[in-house]
Amino acid sequence: MSRIIVVTSGKGGVGKTTTSAAFATGLALRGHSTVVIDFDVGLRNLDLIMGCERRVVYDFINVINGEGNLNQALIKDKRVENLYVLPASQTRDKDALTLKGVEQVLAALSERFEFIVCDSPAGIEHGALMAMHFADEAIIVTNPEVSSVRDSDRIIGLLSSKTRRAIQGDTPVREHLLLTRYVPRRVQSGDMLSAQDVQEILAIPLIGIIPESTAVLQASNAGEPITLDSDTDAGQAYLDVVARFLGEDRPIRMFSGKKGLFSRLFGN
Amino acid sequence: MSFFDYFRANKKKSAVVAKERLQIIVAHERGLRHSNFDFLPKLQQELLAVVRKYVQIEDDQIKISVEKDGDCEVLELNIALPEVDDRP
Ligand SMILES: Nc1ncnc2c1ncn2[C@@H]1O[C@H](COP(=O)(O)OP(=O)(O)OP(=O)(O)O)[C@@H](O)[C@H]1O
Ligand SMILES: [Mg+2]
Repeated sequence: MSRIIVVTSGKGGVGKTTTSAAFATGLALRGHSTVVIDFDVGLRNLDLIMGCERRVVYDFINVINGEGNLNQALIKDKRVENLYVLPASQTRDKDALTLKGVEQVLAALSERFEFIVCDSPAGIEHGALMAMHFADEAIIVTNPEVSSVRDSDRIIGLLSSKTRRAIQGDTPVREHLLLTRYVPRRVQSGDMLSAQDVQEILAIPLIGIIPESTAVLQASNAGEPITLDSDTDAGQAYLDVVARFLGEDRPIRMFSGKKGLFSRLFGN
Repeated sequence: MSFFDYFRANKKKSAVVAKERLQIIVAHERGLRHSNFDFLPKLQQELLAVVRKYVQIEDDQIKISVEKDGDCEVLELNIALPEVDDRP
């Protein structure tokens, strides 16, 4: 049985695509066969972050419409074994993503892959609902900032009412809070919500904290998922997230109690 | 403690304000979601139209709310009627 994980947020630009690429790559690095799907119809970007933009021939919608088959559309990563990308379509017709079509493609992928990572578009409309519909688990990407936290709460509401699991009354989608673009120094000075604050408000388990990092921009410039560079702070933080997701016990770096690692080291 | 520090110490840190505001709005929005009462604004409009067939009232003379009372939810409807001698 494969596991379907949606990476979602409500608010745009908080780091869903960065996370989807890093997380899927991290799973594959650990030896798990993984496919990452871009659900952002019309605004394809996962291909760029994964560095495979020039190899896109057929896309998700082509497969749904039977214009190309799955094997033609899946792009095999050249760096990591067992990692594939299914790109989004650049069509402007968002309704092309039908529930039935998505279900069929996911069913076919389930035969081949252990993990299916779905990169959701922003918003709470059709595209976001399609991306979450069949999910077993959800990574809710949140920035320590009021509008992002509120939108995450709305997404949590949708996960518990609009997904297949919710509608059929199965065990609910398992939720994981991922804080990104975190700046311990600003948390310390009282200008940024702490991970504890956000976790208390949203009341779902925290799977990790990704620091604000210049390495993320550099990785996206190069088309290298950040988990390929374990020397970077953000890369390491994402690898920790993958390990926790796989059930390992890893303490959360940079953060324990109200104080960050920085302040604990330099004691103020 | 300097003069300026005194004011800074009294001013709430912005993250504290953010947390308080979020706790309130999130609790409010969850309440609406869970009780499935997000139709209240529409219900209020329709009730207003019905009442106005009989009595002329202003928009703000009708109040509608849901209160949680233990396991029970109470839909409270309040219509303030105009003073008797104001009636046509
Ligand atoms: N930890 C981080 N540190 C610094 N920059 C980051 C971090 N995470 C993401 N970013 C930057 O934030 C921007 C948005 O990231 P990304 O595209 O992953 O967000 P998204 O949620 O997928 O956006 P959209 O809602 O448009 O799909 C990018 O420029 C990315 O490089
Ligand atoms: Mg994106």
